[in-house]
Amino acid sequence: MTQAIQPAMELRGVSVNFGSVRALQDIDIKVYPGEVHCLLGDNGAGKSTLIKVLSGVHRPSKGEIFVDGKQVAFRSPRDAQDLGVATVFQDLGMISLMSITRNFFLGREPTKSSLPFSRIDKERANTIARQAMADIGIDVRDPTQAVGTLSGGERQSVAIARAVHFGAKVLILDEPTSALGVHQAAMVLKFIIEARMRGLAVIFISHNIHHAYPVGDTFTLLNRGRNRGTYAKSEISRDEVISIMSGGEDLKAVEAEIAGLLAQIGNRPSAAP
Amino acid sequence: MAAVEDKAIPSEGPVKDRFGMTSKRAVGADERLASTGRLTQWLRRPEAGAAGGLIATIIIFALLPGASNLYSLQGSMTFLTLAAELGIIATAAALLIIAGEFDLSVGSMVGFAGVVIGLTVKYWGLPLWGGIACAFAVAILTGYVNGLIVVKTRLPSFIVTLASLYILRGLSIGITRAVTGRTQIPYILDGAPDPATAGLFNGHLLTGFFHWMGTQGWIATRTDGIPFVVGIPMSIVWWLGLTVLAGYVLTQTKYGNWIFATGGDLNAARNVGVPVDRVKIALFIYTACAATLLATIQVMEAGSADTTRGLLKEFEAIIAAVIGGVLLTGGYGTVYGVLFGALIFGLVQMGIFYTGIDTDWFKVFLGIVILMAVLVNNYIRLKALGRGGGK
Repeated sequence: MTQAIQPAMELRGVSVNFGSVRALQDIDIKVYPGEVHCLLGDNGAGKSTLIKVLSGVHRPSKGEIFVDGKQVAFRSPRDAQDLGVATVFQDLGMISLMSITRNFFLGREPTKSSLPFSRIDKERANTIARQAMADIGIDVRDPTQAVGTLSGGERQSVAIARAVHFGAKVLILDEPTSALGVHQAAMVLKFIIEARMRGLAVIFISHNIHHAYPVGDTFTLLNRGRNRGTYAKSEISRDEVISIMSGGEDLKAVEAEIAGLLAQIGNRPSAAP
Repeated sequence: MAAVEDKAIPSEGPVKDRFGMTSKRAVGADERLASTGRLTQWLRRPEAGAAGGLIATIIIFALLPGASNLYSLQGSMTFLTLAAELGIIATAAALLIIAGEFDLSVGSMVGFAGVVIGLTVKYWGLPLWGGIACAFAVAILTGYVNGLIVVKTRLPSFIVTLASLYILRGLSIGITRAVTGRTQIPYILDGAPDPATAGLFNGHLLTGFFHWMGTQGWIATRTDGIPFVVGIPMSIVWWLGLTVLAGYVLTQTKYGNWIFATGGDLNAARNVGVPVDRVKIALFIYTACAATLLATIQVMEAGSADTTRGLLKEFEAIIAAVIGGVLLTGGYGTVYGVLFGALIFGLVQMGIFYTGIDTDWFKVFLGIVILMAVLVNNYIRLKALGRGGGK
């Protein structure tokens, strides 16, 4: 793992309140170029809120955000993108009835001249989209086909290719593997490694430790809106991650409860064949 | 999506990645891609249903009595003019529907714009062009207010513009009656003769050519040698011009991309930086201006304004758009389909007249066509996404 001195993105003391609800409290995170930083947490841990702060959807109630050492205040996701922070949301931000190319260049269409009603340079757009996809390892035969015809994994890869192509320095992936089958999840994990090799800082949000652990370099564990610690991979095992994510003691209590339940069911006469 | 992209780039075989290695096809291997014939590809275009419907309608009326009158030059010009008047507003309605919104105030805007022209010219003494300019200014304001309310309140545009429908119609009748004591404003052109301005809207194109054809005996003429059809009415010229322009913007420019995206997925579009609110407001302004253009054409042709003009036109515009393959839920459609939709509308309206069928049946026919169009659209959309629809 190469750790540059300066983090690509940093949060210092970020808190988010929704009315009286403290969704996030005092979060400090540093993400370095060329590392996959996993944000792990159970449901309700604050992952979604954190991703919205990172991507520019929400502004933090308190705290500071730095990109490349400079303090920033995102007003919109587009603001964040322009500073090199690209987010692939869980719903992917893809428009299923539009073609791959049109989705790829949406909001940044290459035109043939700078006149207001200039044509989109479709040939160039198609070629670039195809090449950008090829660069991360997908061969798209027809970039004019509708995104709705693609599988979940392919859509995810279009979204990632788009973010990488438009100069993302920080790539935020919100549960990129949660809706995918085993094979497609593996494909997406491959893209994550590919992006890391290109020197991007990847923030990988997940509640699935089995997807996050193999590709992650650093793990930040969230629980109930607080940072429960950031660990390098060498410092923490998969089981320890699971234990901290679920609140440790809670999991043991749940296990005991289930064991009790099973014992009860086993004693029932109707359960016997 | 064939409708949006002109052509697929030719396949040059697998693309090499930056290591010079041939990338492995991750998903959707070649052998799993069913070959699609040219017919299937054509059928996948959103305007395919409307084109098929138009051909069927043409054939049906050709077989019915009265076809020779309907398809004569005069008859053709009549149904083309009807199609043009609807097409002008339907094209605008289609763009707005593709962007995910409705404008139900289009018909009332037609009436109101006519009243504005009538009152400003006849009672304020403005020149004709001044009155028309006033009407367009009112239209821009109306469209802007409609759009602003929709994007700021996030209320359904159906409700917001339903309110505008009543407000504009009420204003038309109320103001006209207060000023003139009647609900019509006759003889608008008499007090302000301006043939050059009026000719832009009620004139004809290629009059020399039609006159020449008359002298050659190719087309029917009156006893004084002037042909019955003196040229191509300006309404048709406006209609075709606006259709081509809207088609260009929708499929060739980034604004078209934004329109599709706004209607396809508002949040996704906003997140990548598409100014979705501005897209919507601009299109509300366009529908109001299209209604005003239609009103101007009608006022110049009739020489009068009537507060009931444009009644139910908003629904006809939406129907033509839907027949033309525009998805009511937004995000999909073409303006060329709307051209066919408007043509079907005009053809049926005149066809029923010429064949002597009781015109009461027109509405029954219309209802059936709408239902069929929506079914066909749904099927085509599923085809576009490569699902369902059999082989």
